[in-house]
Amino acid sequence: MASLEIKNLNQSFSRDDGSRLVVLDNINLEVKDKEFVCILGSSGCGKTTLLRLIAGLDEAQEGSIIIDGEEIKGQNPKVGMVFQEYSLFPWRTVIDNIAFGLEMKGLGKEERYRVAERYLDLVNLTQFRDSYPSELSGGMRQRVAVVRALTLDPVLLLMDEPFGALDAQTRNMLQKELLDIWEETKKTVVFITHSVDEAVYLSDRIIVITPRPGRICRVFDVGLSRPRDRTSVEFAQVRRTVLDVISQNCSIQ
Amino acid sequence: MKLSAVRIGKRWLGVLAIVLAIVVWEVIAAGIVRNAFILPSPVDVAYAFQELAETGRLIPDFIDSLIHFGIGLAMALIVGIPLGILMGWSRRCDAFLDPVVELLRPIPPLAWIPFAIIWFGLTAYSAGFVIFVGAVFPVIINTYSGFRSVPRIFVEAGIMLGCTSNVRQIRYIAFPSALPSVASGIRIACGVGWMCLVAAELFGVSNNGLGMSLWLYYNLHRMDCVVVYMILLGLTGLAFDMAFRHYVEKRFLKWRTGEVA
Repeated sequence: MASLEIKNLNQSFSRDDGSRLVVLDNINLEVKDKEFVCILGSSGCGKTTLLRLIAGLDEAQEGSIIIDGEEIKGQNPKVGMVFQEYSLFPWRTVIDNIAFGLEMKGLGKEERYRVAERYLDLVNLTQFRDSYPSELSGGMRQRVAVVRALTLDPVLLLMDEPFGALDAQTRNMLQKELLDIWEETKKTVVFITHSVDEAVYLSDRIIVITPRPGRICRVFDVGLSRPRDRTSVEFAQVRRTVLDVISQNCSIQ
Repeated sequence: MKLSAVRIGKRWLGVLAIVLAIVVWEVIAAGIVRNAFILPSPVDVAYAFQELAETGRLIPDFIDSLIHFGIGLAMALIVGIPLGILMGWSRRCDAFLDPVVELLRPIPPLAWIPFAIIWFGLTAYSAGFVIFVGAVFPVIINTYSGFRSVPRIFVEAGIMLGCTSNVRQIRYIAFPSALPSVASGIRIACGVGWMCLVAAELFGVSNNGLGMSLWLYYNLHRMDCVVVYMILLGLTGLAFDMAFRHYVEKRFLKWRTGEVA
């Protein structure tokens, strides 16, 4: 069964001069259960808009978004999201950040801490349980953000360039950890990035979007077995194919 | 080690300045002015303090002033925080309430004294009302601006975790995020309210009170006692401010240490 189905999605904004700016043009997409999909595109191509629509943070003007067999309107507990910027609540300790969703669900303190501690352990941050986000490094903050989004056990995990602000080494490490978590929890993941390397390393499928108007230009099956080696010949070949296609067919005007 | 040595050095520097100020005051008062009515010397003030302490009226003065101040500040918080939240959270409420707030705000608190007397009589509540008028606007404005500047990302992160109703978003996200701004509004309100105290007690709402006694001794031409009350008012205000900062920052704003301002 498909976790996510997007049908004929159109989205446009009106500009100050009254003209329409088409941001997403007839997007059709199907993401299988437990699949890891990367949406690849340059900035301004509408990929964040697409993700916000799936998240239910904005409302689609045309078309439908079906998650786990159910058409969504507004926020849906089946969807978790990791944001690009630091989105941890600075006034809450790490454990209280992770437990936030459970607290909203009405779980008692003991029970939600028990669940949150399990997730904290998953990213090896147990010793930072009672620290505030300002005391953590960027990589640690995003780790916490990832498990915070998982606590409500969503069907679909959306990630909006979550590692974009990190340095290259931390980034590689977090990508690896993310795959470990994904193997363990088996969520469907839609991951936005503008890095070909990141997309090839992480995903089962890469969806390339071109800007103005945002359109799906090409879909690649990565087809490499995991764990993937960035320095291997096969990895380099896939990367080259993707890069070639982007520069030939999906170039930015 | 070096750091603490410097800190102690700096503290003594401050003490030295205070001692110097008192010496200069003494020299001017006792050496040049030589008139305890125009400028009582520190020695006169010290004797006056002893005399007042022996009459036993200082404690009731304190208590009455704290009651007036407490009424005013409590009302300012009860009215100001919800108003600030409403205006900061909802554009519609802001558009509705802002003109009224902006029209009332420039009226000096002391201009409300006649109505304070008519509405509340010569009671602690009318002194409290004047203090309330002084204290409520800093609370409204700072709560408002704290709520206005809640980062959108926190609200959206909350929505994704099931924090969807307005009440919950205010309670779990906007309020904690705005708390530093609310706290500094309360601090400013304390300062303004305390400044209004002397005038609020001027029209005889009570037999005691720091401001009330200050006026009483002025009428008795005991300027040395007036200075004692001036110093007590200043020190109490300072103590409030320090206690507030210490308590609130340790208790509620711990997370901000390490945040980039």
